[in-house]
Amino acid sequence: MNNKAIDLREKSKWVWRQTLAVHRRAPETRLASSLSSIDIFVALYYGAVLRFDPTNPLNEARDRCVISKGHGSICMYPILADLGFFSMEELLNVCKAGSFLGGIPDPVIPGYETVNGSLGHGLGVATGMALGLKRKLSDRSIFVVVGDGELHEGANWEAIMFAAQHQLDNLHLIVDDNHISMLGYTDEIVSHGDLAQRLTAFGWSCMEVDGHDVLAVQSALLEQKNTASRKPKALIARTLKGHGVPGLENAQLSHIINPKPELIDSLLEEK
Amino acid sequence: MNVKPLAMRDVFLERIWCSMASEQKIFFVSADFGSPVLDKIRADFPDRFVNVGIAEQNLINVSAGLALEGYTVFAYAIAPFITMRCYEQIRVSLALLSEVRPMNVNLIGVGAGYSYVVSGPTHQCYEDITLMRALPNFQVLSPADHVTAASMFDICRDVQGPKYLRLDAQVLPVIYEHNPPEMSNGLHVHKRGGQVCLIATGYMLHTALRVAESLALSGKTVGVIDLFDLARFSPDKLYQALDGYEGIVTLEEGFRGRGGVDSMMFEFVSRQKMKAKMLNIGVEGGYRFELGTRADLHEQVGIGYEVALKNINIFIESLSN
Repeated sequence: MNNKAIDLREKSKWVWRQTLAVHRRAPETRLASSLSSIDIFVALYYGAVLRFDPTNPLNEARDRCVISKGHGSICMYPILADLGFFSMEELLNVCKAGSFLGGIPDPVIPGYETVNGSLGHGLGVATGMALGLKRKLSDRSIFVVVGDGELHEGANWEAIMFAAQHQLDNLHLIVDDNHISMLGYTDEIVSHGDLAQRLTAFGWSCMEVDGHDVLAVQSALLEQKNTASRKPKALIARTLKGHGVPGLENAQLSHIINPKPELIDSLLEEK
Repeated sequence: MNVKPLAMRDVFLERIWCSMASEQKIFFVSADFGSPVLDKIRADFPDRFVNVGIAEQNLINVSAGLALEGYTVFAYAIAPFITMRCYEQIRVSLALLSEVRPMNVNLIGVGAGYSYVVSGPTHQCYEDITLMRALPNFQVLSPADHVTAASMFDICRDVQGPKYLRLDAQVLPVIYEHNPPEMSNGLHVHKRGGQVCLIATGYMLHTALRVAESLALSGKTVGVIDLFDLARFSPDKLYQALDGYEGIVTLEEGFRGRGGVDSMMFEFVSRQKMKAKMLNIGVEGGYRFELGTRADLHEQVGIGYEVALKNINIFIESLSN
C-alpha cells in the first residue's frame, strides 16, 4: 500500500499539464471533463485517502475506486503512471494501436476496476461491492466518481436508495459537479436542484466542497472516511468543466470542443 | 417409477438453499420476486440474501459488484424483466466486465415463453433467447423439466462467467424420469430415425415429443432433440445427431425469424454445410393480447400441438415428393 506525503497543489498542476499533453497527442480524448476531476483524483490518490497497490492493483486489501465517468478521467492516466501502475512511456501511446490506454478507459488498464464510460453503471456496481465487503466483514472503502450529468441516468437512483437502505457507510460517492453535460448546462436540461439536499433526503450523509481546492477535497474525503455514520457518504465537488483552459472553462459546449493545438502548446509553455 | 412433477424454480432454489450452508460464497439477490423455497433462503441465510426491490437495473449491477468481491451470485426475477429491463447493465457489467475480471453471476428468469399464461405480453417472454445469445460469453440454459433445471445448478455453481437460466413458470411433466441429461453436450437425443428431426427447447420439447408420438402412430418416425444449452452445445454432438436427416424442424416459444432457435439452426446448418431443409415453428404475427389456455394461445400463434403436427406432416410429405 502506497501513501507518501505529497504537495497536493503542485501535483494537481503537474497532472493538469500532463492531461493537456495527453490530449495534445490524442485529441480523441475528452479534455474538458477530465480537467474538472483532476483535484478529486489527486486528493484520492496522493492525499492518503485511498489505499492502493500499484504492484498488485486488485490486492484484496485495497480500497476500491470505481471511475464511473470514464471518459472524464483521462487525468488518471498520468496519475496511474506516476504511481507505478504502468510505465510513463505508455502516456505517449494513448489511443494508438496496441496501447491499453483508450479514449474511454476500460478495466484492462491496471488500476481501473470496472467498465466505465457507458454512464450510470459504476455506482450500482460499487454498491454491490460495498455490500460484499460489508458481508465479508472487510473494513475497506469504495469510492465512486460520477459526473452530475451522469446522475440523469435513473439506475443511479436505484443504487442511491439501495445504499441508504443497507447503511453502506463504506461507500463514497464523489460527484464531479461541473454542471455541464454534452449539449449544455445540466440545470437547463434536467436540473438536480439542490443536489446535496436531494441526496440527504435519500438518506445519505452529504458534504459540499470547492472541487478545485485540492486540500479541501482531501480534508472532506478524510473526514467522511473516518466517520462511522451508518449512512453512505456523498461529496459534491463544485468544479469547472475545462478548468484552466481559456475558451473551454465552463463553456456550454466544452464537452465537444477541442482546443487548438497552438493554445495547448502555449499553455504548456506558460505554466 | 413416476417422478412427481415440480416447479423448476422450486427445485432450483432448493438446490441453492441446500448448498448455502456449506458454500459460503453463494449470494442470492432478488428483484422482489419470491417463491416458497426462497422464504427458506431468506430465513436461514439473511446475510447472503438481499432484495433490491423492483429495480432490475440495480439487480444486475449489485450482482456484478458482489461477484467482483468473490461471491457466486444468483440473481432472480421474472424472465422478461431480468433480461430486457436491464439489458445494458447485463452487457456492460456482466458480459464486458467478465471478459477482464473473474465473475460468476447467474440470472434466473422465471416465465419463459407463454408460461405466465393470463398475464399478457408484458410478462410473457418470446425474445430472451435472441437477446441473450447475442452476448458472446453468456451461457444460455433452457430446461424442459424440473430434473434438468435442478441439474443445471451444478453448472451455475461451478462454471465461471455470466449465465442466463430461463425457467418455465408452470409445473411441466417430467421428461427425464430416470436420469437428467448429460449437461456437457448441451443437448439430448430423445428419438432417432426417419427423414426429419425435431429440435426443440424448453416447453416446446413437450410439444415435439407429443408430435413425434402421433406421427409414430401413423407410421412416421422422426427424431427429437432437446437443445437445452443454447450457447455452448457441442457442435460435434449436434452434427452427429442431425447427420443424415433430410429435414430439420425447429420448435420454440419465441418469435419466428427473429434470431432465436430457428436462426441458430440456420447458422449451424450453413456453417456445417449440411443439406437438410428447414421448417421453423415459432410465434407468428407479433404481440397478442388474447386470453386462453397456454395450448389455446399456442394454436393461435402457430406453435400449438395441432398446428405443429399439421405443418410437420406437410413438411414430411414435401420431402418425400
